[in-house]
Amino acid sequence: MSTAAREAIDHAATPWLFGVAAITTAPHFLHQPGWLSAFAGLILLWGTWLWQGDRRLPGRWVLFLLVALGCAGILLEFHSLFGRDAGVAMLVMFMAMKLLELKSRRDAMVIVTLGFFLLLTHYFYAQGITTGLWLLGSLWLITAALIRLHGGPASPLRATLRYAASLVAQALPFMLLLYLLFPRISGPLWGLPQDAHAGKTGLSEQMAPGAIAQLVQSGDIAFRVRFDGPLPARDKLYWRGPVMENFDGQTWRQSPGRLAAEQIEALSLPVTYETTLEASEQRWLLTLDAPTGLPPETALNGRLTAYARQAISQRQRFRFAASLDFRFNVRESTGVLERNRALPAGLNPQTRALAVDWRNSGKTPAAIVNQALTLFAGRDFAYTLQPPLLGRNGIDDFLFRSKRGFCEHYAAAFVVLMRSAGIPARVVGGYQGGERNPLDGYLVIRQSDAHAWAEVWLDGRGWVRVDPTAVVAPARLENGIGDVLAAGEPLPAVLQLRSDMLRNLRYRWEALNNAWNQQILGYDSQSQRDLLSRLGLADTGWQNLAVLLAASCSLALAALAAWTMYNRPRHDPATRLWHKALRHLTRRQVNWAPWETPLTIAQRVRLEQPALGEAFDRVVEAYLQTRYAGATDNLKTLRAAVAHLP
Amino acid sequence: MGVISSLKQRLFRWQSDGTTRFRLNQRRIFIVPTRGGLLFATALLVMLIGAINYNLALGHALVFLLAGLGMTGMVHSFRNLHGLLVTPGRSEAVFAGETAHFTLTLDNDRKQPRPALELGIAGEKSVAAAVDRLASSKINIPLLARRRGWLELPRIRLSTVYPLGLFVAWSYLQPAMRCLVYPQPLFSSLPPPRPTAQGGARSGEGGEEDFAGFRERQPADSPRHVAWKASARQNDEQGLLVKQFAGGAETELHFDWAATAGMASSEERLSLLTGWVISAANEGRRYGLEIPGQNIPPGSGEAHRRHCLEALALFPA
Repeated sequence: MSTAAREAIDHAATPWLFGVAAITTAPHFLHQPGWLSAFAGLILLWGTWLWQGDRRLPGRWVLFLLVALGCAGILLEFHSLFGRDAGVAMLVMFMAMKLLELKSRRDAMVIVTLGFFLLLTHYFYAQGITTGLWLLGSLWLITAALIRLHGGPASPLRATLRYAASLVAQALPFMLLLYLLFPRISGPLWGLPQDAHAGKTGLSEQMAPGAIAQLVQSGDIAFRVRFDGPLPARDKLYWRGPVMENFDGQTWRQSPGRLAAEQIEALSLPVTYETTLEASEQRWLLTLDAPTGLPPETALNGRLTAYARQAISQRQRFRFAASLDFRFNVRESTGVLERNRALPAGLNPQTRALAVDWRNSGKTPAAIVNQALTLFAGRDFAYTLQPPLLGRNGIDDFLFRSKRGFCEHYAAAFVVLMRSAGIPARVVGGYQGGERNPLDGYLVIRQSDAHAWAEVWLDGRGWVRVDPTAVVAPARLENGIGDVLAAGEPLPAVLQLRSDMLRNLRYRWEALNNAWNQQILGYDSQSQRDLLSRLGLADTGWQNLAVLLAASCSLALAALAAWTMYNRPRHDPATRLWHKALRHLTRRQVNWAPWETPLTIAQRVRLEQPALGEAFDRVVEAYLQTRYAGATDNLKTLRAAVAHLP
Repeated sequence: MGVISSLKQRLFRWQSDGTTRFRLNQRRIFIVPTRGGLLFATALLVMLIGAINYNLALGHALVFLLAGLGMTGMVHSFRNLHGLLVTPGRSEAVFAGETAHFTLTLDNDRKQPRPALELGIAGEKSVAAAVDRLASSKINIPLLARRRGWLELPRIRLSTVYPLGLFVAWSYLQPAMRCLVYPQPLFSSLPPPRPTAQGGARSGEGGEEDFAGFRERQPADSPRHVAWKASARQNDEQGLLVKQFAGGAETELHFDWAATAGMASSEERLSLLTGWVISAANEGRRYGLEIPGQNIPPGSGEAHRRHCLEALALFPA
């Protein structure tokens, strides 16, 4: 055994290992720094060149120098050799270096094992369908390489690949059983490194100029929603995120702390829905106004924003209920109202003057709101993702000069106008609308649906949602952003598909992805319990699962062993037909014996069952012809003769 | 004998008389992970912990698929031996110091080939074997014959790590096979012939006097008889040449145990007698052998030579 491990690798088997290294490292080139990819690629080429000429592998000092160089590069790039990204970079480097000291079977096993880890670590970055297919393809190649390594001298390429495919196929039932029955543990076993979930885009908890405009250019999916009932009207689909009350003249921020619980007065029956949130690294969730039913481990913060206990670091499902018509905090504390009237001193004098004018003309707050909306509805204001740059008095610049902006500009200008007029108002960040996939009925909300709107507090009505963008660009709410913007605006490619066929393809692909996410990637301890209770196993502690798993795996193993080892008796069709005819005789009470020849049996039939005699003679004749004359045509005659036995 | 080794003896007990063909079945085949398999298992465990910790659904899938592959590999390693037919063969006698070859025939009546088999005796270098689908293959297992007499074939380990190298399946074969080992020959000049009943007149001719040409060297020929100059003129592929002498075919030689009294031990005496038998047979002369307990009348030919050598090989120590 140990001698086998030290055994030198067959020269012809080495390219298989290069293939294993390449296929497992390749996906990492999407995420690793360019120089590391180049480093790994060059070493692979070098190794191939050495192999081709059967040249001597580089000495220990060369390897040491290369490893030192690689480590230095990784240190410069990531400022660490550990952590998620740096660790993956180290794996890539080690895999490349191992190709330069590939001598024995043991080295080959190290390469294969490194390959497994490289496959695994790629799932930090992607777990889509293509990644799943890549997994299968890689394992196929690895299996073929293992067969080639341990299969003695040169088995033909196609036979090796076919055998590898059958081994992987036979492994699939085990995978399925383990996937379904292996006791699932949710949550990390220990703290994740700092960079475990780096680089996520999404709504942030503050709103600086241009933040949302930038987000809108991403076609990434923010979350998916499935309603239990029919889809509500589009203009009700306001997905509420963080509420921003503090304004410093440039940036809107959340105010710290929890407020007293909301008083929500539902005016319509609640709708219920399930949200599948993509990882956002934020604690707040996105809920339809106004949330009336929350899942456990989540809470509202006094501003109607739902929060989870921990940041959403992976795709997660929540069930909510919402009343789409509601009254919210009709009685509000004076502290909150004061805070929502505050403005930074000395900024935006023109806006203030305008609002003070409105107030002094004796208008009610509701009338002032309408006045402001009328202002935006005027022909001067335009909706664009590429607004001109604004100066220190940004709101003044926008309202009186550029008049071109995006939802965040309108929401901010509106709130400043309201506050200047003494009406409590604040900015709400979130998403609006979404696109329903007709194939699976899921509503898909993308980053490009990010939105900002305003909320004003009116005496007797509580906080009321006002969306100035709806006035400026009504189509934004009805059809989504793709229809609002003029050609040439920087929009994500997915939204620019105007052709029906392409759109249909996209729907299909996204429905497939969603099914993959919901059914396969989303399989967790809860789904495991659901599945088992549907199978009639109510009590599913991990012990029961373990017993079930062991039993089913043993069964599968026994079935596989029986199937692969059973030497099927090779009966040719002629023998099968002959046996059928003999069974027929038994039914007709002919006492034939196993040692009798066909001709003897025919004789016996003529004696015992004369009615059968002629028909059976034809069977015997055809059988003997097939058997000994060797013509395949006779098989048909035999089949017909057996079929015609009375 | 330790507990472990006695357990091993019991566990791996041979269940056949060892002379007839037999089929490897599940009771004869054992399977354990190889070192590579242990590395594989450890890697899977680490990967599983990683997949749980980072909640990687595809990570779970990868680990479970690999675990399935491991189990499948185990079944297939086992299958590579299961149902194999082993037929003990016979072996050619050799001289002590030479390598004996035991021939086994492996029959595969399955429609899949059985590659990458290894057969070996503990402590010896193993030989690789492979049997194609619905085919058979003859395997020679080499074993150094150290001492004269019967060389019993020790227990053979038939093993395979095919297809994935994660498990080694093996079976112990103990066919009742033995190989006769002749004493190691010691070459020296033949003793003088003794007059025979019918041909005393020609008794003066020596066995090594009349040069009659060259012939190719046999393994049993003494190096001293090699015609080095003539051999050097040959091509490389052709072997060494040995001088052949005529004459003396009609004189009978008599190899007597008593005539070897000058040797130090009885083994050396047997060696010397063996050398004489070989030399005489090579020269095509008639010879007889007399050792304690056995007297073989003069004769010639292959059967006679074998008879003499057998007597020497089996001479009680």
